[in-house]
Amino acid sequence: MAGVVIVGAGLAGAQTAIALRQNNFAGPITLIGQEQVPPYQRPPLSKNYLKGTMEASGVHVRPELFWLENDVELRTGTAAAEIDRDGQVVTLADGEVIEYDHLVLATGASNRVIPHAAGMPGVFDLRTLDDADALRPYLEPGSELVVVGGGFIGLEVAAAAREREARVTVIEALDRVMARVVSPEMSTFFQRLHEAQGVRVLTKTQVQDLLENGRRMHVLLNDTRKLAASCVLVGIGVVPNVELARRCDLEIEDGIVVNDHLLTSDPNISAIGDCAFYPCAISGRQHRLESIQNATDQARCVAARLTDNPEPYVAVPWFWTEQFGRTLQIAGVAPSSAESVFRGRAAEERFSVCRFVDGRLSAVESVNQPADHIAARKLLASGAADRITREQVADVDTPLKSLVLAAQR
Amino acid sequence: MMPFVTYISPEGSETTIDAQAGTSAMQAAVMNGVDGIVGDCGGNLMCATCHVYVPDVWLSRLSDRGEIEDEMLEEAVSPREDCSRLSCQIVLTDDLNGIVLHLPEEQI
Repeated sequence: MAGVVIVGAGLAGAQTAIALRQNNFAGPITLIGQEQVPPYQRPPLSKNYLKGTMEASGVHVRPELFWLENDVELRTGTAAAEIDRDGQVVTLADGEVIEYDHLVLATGASNRVIPHAAGMPGVFDLRTLDDADALRPYLEPGSELVVVGGGFIGLEVAAAAREREARVTVIEALDRVMARVVSPEMSTFFQRLHEAQGVRVLTKTQVQDLLENGRRMHVLLNDTRKLAASCVLVGIGVVPNVELARRCDLEIEDGIVVNDHLLTSDPNISAIGDCAFYPCAISGRQHRLESIQNATDQARCVAARLTDNPEPYVAVPWFWTEQFGRTLQIAGVAPSSAESVFRGRAAEERFSVCRFVDGRLSAVESVNQPADHIAARKLLASGAADRITREQVADVDTPLKSLVLAAQR
Repeated sequence: MMPFVTYISPEGSETTIDAQAGTSAMQAAVMNGVDGIVGDCGGNLMCATCHVYVPDVWLSRLSDRGEIEDEMLEEAVSPREDCSRLSCQIVLTDDLNGIVLHLPEEQI
């Protein structure tokens, strides 16, 4: 038996191996990762790990011995170079050939870069432990950090740097921060939070050029301003790693196309995590998601199928970000065009923004309202969200939880 | 000092480990391969897969549940009890040396 080969040893790949063994899968498992280190969690890299309040040992998904003890052939520091679908073999970069009965592509995503600035000293992006280690020394009093891109990563790094008394400027091309993932109301809340903490936030602004100037950098903006920086962090989104899949003619859109069971167009190949373009049962749309929840739940879905318990993938997406001690919890996904209904008390920093698409509740973003967040997960999971009205969610005196119960009756 | 912590499965099997002071009971379990604690979100109060039942004698020594933990326990797969906690919020200190935690039937 050739067993299961997993390409990509990030959280999705690692979790697939763990879940297979938990489900008593007895065949060989090979987990192939490009990085030298065993699988680890990425969220702390822009939060506690970056701030220095968490050690590297704390980010590992499992202790190193775990993989050995569970008979998972962990191949770190090596890349898959080619897939032969007819022969059902993966060829590694060093020429080694590994057969598979089933192949799981958990190839993840790569950070977008500013082309000529990539690799310039003082210019960083953040995806790996090495990236975080390289960036961390710059987060210190007096350091001048320019963050290009006001998304989750950019703002989390900005907050971590500011907490360590660096001077921080965030440059965002769109008219608001986190525009791709949250409502305008939430963007405003977090932009004001950053500004109140001393972060300079420049929206509708783009980087024209980055220039080295000895040990410092100059960041030229499209409005002719010039910012001095000791360090530049580029956080302008990601592109899914689809080359391996493309070269063996799997269907590609904004990611590797899979069906509701996370199978690609080849019945012997699944794709999960950041790289998978999947039909989301909750949003009703086909998209990719970059999150812990998506990685772990999709891994478990595939592991269940491979151990004879196939179920379609229907999990409710959830996300979080933590900036300056405020946690934003999001259940569901909504496009930036979704309609917002405000719920709660902004002055007390306790509120949710409920997002409606075509009159249907699609996502709930909550700050200091964990009850709303949990109720939203249940509403979205049960399908009750379809029957919720704007008026119902706007009424702060009606717990969202009661709407879950009402819908169940 | 390494506080030790004992996890007891629903079937009654016990696993005792020496934890590093300052780590959470979730981290200690995951990093020592204790089955029955999952910890999907890495200790960020976004999942409820590190649910434990804490005996009264230890429960009184823990700091109170925060609001997020309290709500997140609603998501726990096994029944929530008064003595339910998320083990990512139990920081193992010398005070808790010898703590006993009961694992639920299911976490996911």
